Amino acid sequence: MPDVWRHAWRLARKDLLIEFRSRTAILSAVVFTVLVLMVFNFGRDPTAVAAIDLAPSILWVTFTFAAMLALNRAFQLELENQALDGLLLAPVSRSSIYLGKLIANLAFVATVEAVGLPLFAVFFNVSILPVLGPLIAVVALATIGFVAVGTLFSAMTARTRFAELLLPVLLLPFMMPPLIWAVLATAALFAGHPLSAVTGWLSFLAAFDIVFVTLAFALFPATVDE
Amino acid sequence: MRLLKTGRWITIVGLALLAAVYVRALAFTPLERFQGAAQKIYYIHVPSAVCAMLAMGLVGVAGILYLLLKDPRFDRFGEASAEVGVAFSLVMLTTGPLWAKPIWGTWWTWDARLTLTLFLFLLFLGYLLLRGAVTEPGLRARYSAVLGICGLVLLPFIHLSVYLFRTLHPEPIVLKPSAPSLPSEMLVTLLFSFLVFTILYVGLVTQRYAVSLLREQADPHA
Repeated sequence: MPDVWRHAWRLARKDLLIEFRSRTAILSAVVFTVLVLMVFNFGRDPTAVAAIDLAPSILWVTFTFAAMLALNRAFQLELENQALDGLLLAPVSRSSIYLGKLIANLAFVATVEAVGLPLFAVFFNVSILPVLGPLIAVVALATIGFVAVGTLFSAMTARTRFAELLLPVLLLPFMMPPLIWAVLATAALFAGHPLSAVTGWLSFLAAFDIVFVTLAFALFPATVDE
Repeated sequence: MRLLKTGRWITIVGLALLAAVYVRALAFTPLERFQGAAQKIYYIHVPSAVCAMLAMGLVGVAGILYLLLKDPRFDRFGEASAEVGVAFSLVMLTTGPLWAKPIWGTWWTWDARLTLTLFLFLLFLGYLLLRGAVTEPGLRARYSAVLGICGLVLLPFIHLSVYLFRTLHPEPIVLKPSAPSLPSEMLVTLLFSFLVFTILYVGLVTQRYAVSLLREQADPHA
């Protein structure tokens, strides 16, 4: 087992290093997030709908789209020069490839969210500081759920036609349960409810994460083996 | 081919019996006191919904069996069941609003059960789209098995999340812990319709399975 983690970390490091050196994907994702936030500003009538009523939806739709953009990239990277074949020939287990991709994707999406969250607070005048701890917990738990399923699916869609279109179609139904719980929890936090009001949502999110990380971990070899 | 013919005959018997369901529902089953004639759609709506759920469940089970045994028959069955499931979901999603407009006064509400079934329908479509996007048969079978299993695991979660919201949808009156609470004529019509929809499911899946088999024989690489 320590080998699995070591290999996974190496793989994640490789992906993140490529990302850090080129910075194209991460910058595009950040700019995209800012643009989606701006679109939301013009997509509502400020005299009819207060920003705070719409805030949880704005936050989560933005994060969902940004995560989708990040996930499309994960295995596309390995298609250039048949890098995926090289990766599969390497003496590492399939499970560590999945874990490595999962870690890299989580780091990528977390970076985008770390930029998006303060901008969201500034643009829509939402005071997130008093609820920052629980909010980060909600964001983290929901993101793990999305990305766990998304990493598995992007391994499949990357090698199909219309990969960019197919991934959202397959993934959005799977994002829906964590999204519903995350929006409800976020709304409760912004409304100033006590922490005990959101522990139920947090445990749903955690249950989803545990089930789907385990399932994706077990199913991943079936998507890459020849 | 014998399998195709068998499937065709089962479907023909199913369709003939479906006509009998209509006759029985319209002429020999009493009118519901509050909903009147609108309630008649119940005998089509509920069985097709149950068959759609059954089809989705079997797609997932076929996926598990395929990954364990690598037998292409399970893959063919999964594809057939998903396509027939789409058809049954469409019947359910059209008959539902037709009933809801006079009874609820609206075609659609974001109600728990409606949302759940719409997800079911979209999952089926995603499954078929994925199959269409992969050309290599072995890869296609494994990918669709993975998606089918994930769908099977997702259903309880969607169930859990939609049940947190209020519902307008009538509660189950047959498949519930206590005894069915509808008149025996209505119950008989409903059970008859369940039987007919199951026959239709078997007939359509058998035909679809035979078509996949013929296609593979005609072009082993597609």
